[in-house]
Amino acid sequence: MKNLYLIAYLDLKESIRAKWFLVYSLVFGGLIALFFIAGVTESQVMGFSGLSRLLLMYIQITIVILPIFILITTVRSISGDRDSHILEYMLSFPISLKQYYWGKIIGRFITVYLPVIFAMIIAVIYGAFKGADIPWNIFFLYTGLLFAMSATFLGIAFFISSFVKSSEVALGIAFFIWIFLLAFIDIALISLMMQQRVDEGLIIFISLINPMEIFRVAAISLFDPELTVMGPVAFYILDSVSQSTFVLLSIGYPLLLGLLFAFFGYKIFEKKDLV
Amino acid sequence: MIKVNNITKKFGSHISLENINCEFNKNESIALMGANGAGKTTLIRSIMGYYHPDAGEVLINGKSPIKQRVEVLKHISFVPQLPPPIKLSIEELMQYISVSANVDKELIKHYANEMKLDINANLNKSFFKLSGGMKQKLLIAISLAKESDIIIYDEPTANLDPKARDDFYRLLKQNEKEKVLLFVTHRLEEVKDLVNRQIYMDLGKIVSDERF
Repeated sequence: MKNLYLIAYLDLKESIRAKWFLVYSLVFGGLIALFFIAGVTESQVMGFSGLSRLLLMYIQITIVILPIFILITTVRSISGDRDSHILEYMLSFPISLKQYYWGKIIGRFITVYLPVIFAMIIAVIYGAFKGADIPWNIFFLYTGLLFAMSATFLGIAFFISSFVKSSEVALGIAFFIWIFLLAFIDIALISLMMQQRVDEGLIIFISLINPMEIFRVAAISLFDPELTVMGPVAFYILDSVSQSTFVLLSIGYPLLLGLLFAFFGYKIFEKKDLV
Repeated sequence: MIKVNNITKKFGSHISLENINCEFNKNESIALMGANGAGKTTLIRSIMGYYHPDAGEVLINGKSPIKQRVEVLKHISFVPQLPPPIKLSIEELMQYISVSANVDKELIKHYANEMKLDINANLNKSFFKLSGGMKQKLLIAISLAKESDIIIYDEPTANLDPKARDDFYRLLKQNEKEKVLLFVTHRLEEVKDLVNRQIYMDLGKIVSDERF
């Protein structure tokens, strides 16, 4: 276990020093600051107000940008080390592949999760200081969603990293996956529905296996299901599944997906040539 | 100590190692030579357990470097041809080595001093920001401090000035007893005083193996 923690600790330290981490933290911290400066907490639009509105806006933007941030910064984790012969040297010491791989995942998970959750905590503290009501149910739901989202895309990134030999190819695949999942939230889904070729249950199923769609719907699941901003899929889901079941699904399924991808990535890492 | 049994390694249609058989025993210092693409690095990487061979096996003290990598790598020190751009600071790199391989940090500093490298002045510096020669000296110091039975050097003196090369060979002379020293080199004259066996490879095969 000491080697697992060692790898995680050193990866965390290395990541925190990296320039991407600074940009990453500034983006999410900056978003919150921007919302406060823009007076989002004082406005009332379509039933959302105060900190609830701010947190909702934050998570909706985060759902789009967090996956690509995680994918592009993590996908090179192993493939980049392989490319630059770092892996060759670091693995010449008696560390098991299991400890190296999972240690890297743990370190990277802390790196990507902390800034997004920290920005939200700052928002709550600042909101409380300004006398706003704190929507604890939304805060805890979003904490869970961000955790699950970080795990999903970290798992996918490590999966890609384990079999791709060049970090440029890894970046290309990561970008494609992000665009693909983003497109299936709306573009592909709506066009499928408009063509009426496919059963609506299947369309809903396709949308539900997409973790980004799950996060999007879960982010608004605590609000009134009659709201038109939700879109047809969200309305259908929240109308047919109880709120608490869907919340559990929206955290449990992406978490499982991330772990599965990470596990398959490990199996590939273990079976393939290391350098 | 090291047994390479009928090993074949292919990359696509290219055969990098073809049915290689060899054995390296205690108190042997071997110069592994050959033109670029002869299969030297592939052989080293197969010994280290980085490559899964298409046929045959490597055994180190009777153990597989793939299946029992932790046990096997406790006995191997390795210095690559080009120091990798590790972003950890020297302090962190020494911590990694000290915890994972149970290497005494003071011993690393001792050998670094012997190589005329002042580690204490550079502890917080990233490894990749050191000069090529300083990196190589540190990797050599680590390899010696690990006190392994098997030491593998892939062109270890490529970045070293003549004085540092002398220090390196002097330290090796002091530490070669009861060990296997395996050098990948293009310059036999530099290691001829150290080695007692010379293997020449070409096109993935061992074409000559001389002991002297």
